[in-house]
Amino acid sequence: MSSVLVFALAGLGLIGLGLYGLLVQRHLLRKVLAFNVISSGIFLLLAGLARRAPGAEPDPVPQAMVLTGIVVAVAATALALAMMLALRSATGRTRLEDHGDED
Amino acid sequence: MIPAIDAALPPNAWLPLLVLASSLLPGLVIFFLAEQRYWTRTLLNLAGSLVKLLLVGAMLWGVFHQQQYAASLPLLPGLDLVLRVRPLSLLFLSLSAGLWLLTTLYAIGYLEDSPNRSRFFGFFSLCVTATVGVAMAGNLLTFLIFFELLTLTTYPLVVHRGTEEARRAGQIYLAHTVIAGALLLAGTVWLYTLAGTLTFTTQGFVADLVERHRWSLIAIFVLLIIGVGVKAALVPLQSWLPRAMVAPAPVSALLHAVAVVKAGAFGIVLIVYDVFGVEVAAELGVTKPLALVAAFTILYGSVRALFQDNLKRRLAFSTVSQVSYIVLGVAIVGPLATVGGLVHLVHQGVMKITLFFCAGNLAETLGIHKVSEMNGVGRRMPWTMLAFSIGVFGMIGLPPVAGFISKWYLGLGGLEAGLHWPLFVLAGSSLLNAAYFLPILHRAWFCEPPEAWPEERDFGGNKETAWLLLLPPLVTAALSLLIGLFASMPFTPLEWARLIAEREFYQP
Amino acid sequence: MPMLLNGADWATALVFVPLLAALACFLVPRAADWLGVLAALLILLATLGLVQDLLSDGPLRVAVGGWGAPLGIDLWADGLSAALLLMTALVGLGVSVYAPGYFAAHPQQQRWFWPLWLLLWTALNGLYLSADLFNLYVMLEVLGLSAAALTALSGSATGLNAAMRYLLVSLLGSAAYLLGVALLYHGYGTVDIALLGQRIEAGAVATTALLVMAAGLLLKTALLPFHFWLPPAHGSAPAPVSALLSALVIKASFYLLLRLWLDLFSGLGGLLAALLPELLGLLGAAAVLWGSVQALRQRRLKLLIAYSTVAQIGYLFLGFPLAGVQAEEVAWRAVLYLALAHGLAKAAMFLSAGNLLQFAGHDRIADLDRAVQRLPLTLTAFVLGGISIMGLPPSGGFVGKWLLLESAFTQGRWGFAIVVLLGGVLAAGYVFKVVGYAFTPTEIAQEGEAVPLRMQWSALLLAFGAILLGFSAPWLWPLLGVGDPFGLPIAEVGAAR
Repeated sequence: MSSVLVFALAGLGLIGLGLYGLLVQRHLLRKVLAFNVISSGIFLLLAGLARRAPGAEPDPVPQAMVLTGIVVAVAATALALAMMLALRSATGRTRLEDHGDED
Repeated sequence: MIPAIDAALPPNAWLPLLVLASSLLPGLVIFFLAEQRYWTRTLLNLAGSLVKLLLVGAMLWGVFHQQQYAASLPLLPGLDLVLRVRPLSLLFLSLSAGLWLLTTLYAIGYLEDSPNRSRFFGFFSLCVTATVGVAMAGNLLTFLIFFELLTLTTYPLVVHRGTEEARRAGQIYLAHTVIAGALLLAGTVWLYTLAGTLTFTTQGFVADLVERHRWSLIAIFVLLIIGVGVKAALVPLQSWLPRAMVAPAPVSALLHAVAVVKAGAFGIVLIVYDVFGVEVAAELGVTKPLALVAAFTILYGSVRALFQDNLKRRLAFSTVSQVSYIVLGVAIVGPLATVGGLVHLVHQGVMKITLFFCAGNLAETLGIHKVSEMNGVGRRMPWTMLAFSIGVFGMIGLPPVAGFISKWYLGLGGLEAGLHWPLFVLAGSSLLNAAYFLPILHRAWFCEPPEAWPEERDFGGNKETAWLLLLPPLVTAALSLLIGLFASMPFTPLEWARLIAEREFYQP
Repeated sequence: MPMLLNGADWATALVFVPLLAALACFLVPRAADWLGVLAALLILLATLGLVQDLLSDGPLRVAVGGWGAPLGIDLWADGLSAALLLMTALVGLGVSVYAPGYFAAHPQQQRWFWPLWLLLWTALNGLYLSADLFNLYVMLEVLGLSAAALTALSGSATGLNAAMRYLLVSLLGSAAYLLGVALLYHGYGTVDIALLGQRIEAGAVATTALLVMAAGLLLKTALLPFHFWLPPAHGSAPAPVSALLSALVIKASFYLLLRLWLDLFSGLGGLLAALLPELLGLLGAAAVLWGSVQALRQRRLKLLIAYSTVAQIGYLFLGFPLAGVQAEEVAWRAVLYLALAHGLAKAAMFLSAGNLLQFAGHDRIADLDRAVQRLPLTLTAFVLGGISIMGLPPSGGFVGKWLLLESAFTQGRWGFAIVVLLGGVLAAGYVFKVVGYAFTPTEIAQEGEAVPLRMQWSALLLAFGAILLGFSAPWLWPLLGVGDPFGLPIAEVGAAR
């Protein structure tokens, strides 16, 4: 089993796990964390696949992408947390209301 | 005789545009006028309609003398918005321009002191703009555009009163016309993908396609006819028309005589003559069913009219019946029937608008809305009822009123085409017309008036009613007598109809 | 007159002007109103400059900072990008003129509106000008984050709830897109669309990348069945924000999907490339019908308009199964017409709804209470926008539907033609439902708040734009052809100059 495959499978596993969490978990904090798990999975995949041929030098471009991605994910997490807190102070809830949004 | 069109003269683009502008611009300005600026609004309305009438007169003269009128604006690659004035356009143009002037006068009198007049007259003018656009359309796309504009601009007039009943009537009007518009659009695009052009041509532009696309063409014909047939109130698409009677009387006049119903009938004329060509349509076998639908509509409308006590509803069903005379004339296929159908486009307009003006006068002056309330009204309002009586005689087809000329040519046309049943339809419908109109005249002239009218208004000094309300019906009644009496003089509707029929049937 | 600035300058300005203005508005909130309108005017000027340049000199590639692909970030502009940039500039200007009037009543929202909106605008312009998958990802994220934050601006419970859901959906969508980028980079070693277009081949990598990217972008574009988040978000945001979300934001992810499809995936062949367009067409048709019926059932004006957006998104996807057959790619041009017309018209309708809401304090359709007399300009804007949405002539929506029908009839795709027509009829139903109630009085007469003229006129002018779009073919048709975006992949167009 090559290291590329290990990274790829681990990345896919994380993505699957995160997706499951995002869809199933009700608490918003858990949803935000699940999103971060998905992001980590993708970053792992990106970095892991950077070595395109066995023995070759790893490509630096994906590393740069991961770095940018992490920055974006941090910003997104911050916004999501702030919004969650605002929602809690407005409604006292930390989960999403289902479609009862008419009137 | 009538000179043929000479292509050497460059077409004049200004007059068609000015004809549009003469109602569009006043309409737009009127929207922004404050409610109480009665005189500015009146001046704009009258100036617009007089200018339009003059321009149409100039074009009548010009077309007679070989001048061409055309303007175009690119809309899509290969497809332009085209205005082109042909003899057929002028038939409809002069009708709507003339009746617009009278209806405007009438509406000024009718709506005195009622709310939202600026809005009313604004849409009124836009509606006429759309109608003249329909009349001048040079291709099916342009026709479609103005036809849809007509739907949009009449809707606010139908719901003008803002009552729940008016809102419902508007909803039903829209449901009918929007679905019809979709079918019209479908037929138009489909035809365009087959023919590659949409330009109205005498004797049609689809003759080459008959062999390869027979069934597609038949389907397109059905789509297009349903698309315009709703406005022409062909059975079974007529149910919006009686309901739209909740609108004020000038709107009814507009719907029935000047714009909407007429645009529908005019559309059928265009589709049969200038899209398919009447001979091609006959070869496709689509004119016969159309004639049957028209015949059925004629009889159905008359029978329904018999049972209406509400005067305006009775008139509405009478319109359903009368407009199909035009369709019948087109669908019989033959020069004389064509003349009968085309000339009825004008005749029915002039006669029916008389009746609606009179019905409006009765409602405004005495509060009369029902036939059963009309006992002895001839003594109280002799002039109004005189005009009404002339209109009624025209509808029945008694000579020398204009309606007689229409029926005469329709009957002859049927015989010329070797058909006898149109005669029976015409005779039956005339009997039914008599049956639902003559009792009204009997009541009005020979019954004792009641002690008090439902809701009488005083116009001062023993006057019958306001002069702005009385003048228009008297003019249109006189007109329906005159165009019947002098039908063979030049520039009468009959002569124009003959000219058009000649071009459709005898040009190489 | 010699041009002082060339196309490359205009393109660069389109990204930097809104970005700098966003910073300035954040730092000097008191001057934000006029700074924002000034930036909007400058952006419109730059867009017109770019359009002029494209029309005269063809498509444009700018290597920002002189690096060039594969290392650097390239800007790329052709007819497709220019048309969307122009629509964005017009809607953006309209909303920017409207916003000060609207937020005068909500000063605490106005503080955040300007920086977020200008940041959103930066992302939109950047997205339309990027030719690099990763750069597009960053723009997509900036877009999603600022859009979600704008949705939350009202601070109400429904608004926050909708914004939170929107944010999570949006993040998931971009994550899926990023996964696709990772796969493509792994497979072909570049993220430059032109280079990728040359190297990409049919296979597992391309297929998987297409699937995850399409899924992510469909989620963001809210194509049925991914539309669940849209009506609450667009219905509960402040009116100018609703206008931006409906008119502009969903178009951006649609554009990206279209770009990827045209330049990378449509030429691959194979089962998926044949099936996916049909699937998207079916989903689009379902969206048209379902969204319209839902709109017809709504009792609240803003929700009605939001469901109308769900329906209108459906039309855009009808282009996929109809494209690729006719000369000049009539189906894609139809889609572009519909996208532009929807942008202008829907913005006008949401701004009108904002006026009605401000006037009456509610947006219950049955209680509009003679709005037609009391806010005639606003009602006119609503109806003119509605005319374009229904596809009635003369309007941009009409031209779009005409072209789409032409395409469907030519190919004998009757089903799609029927859907297009039926959607128009249903749209007339929901637009005139509103108009009908605007003519009738309610039982209890209501007194309204004054609505500033700038709010009424900005809505009206946007609606006029949707109508005038119907007459724009003489210049829009050639513009859409610049760089042949619907025919040739970017790689083959190359840098013409």
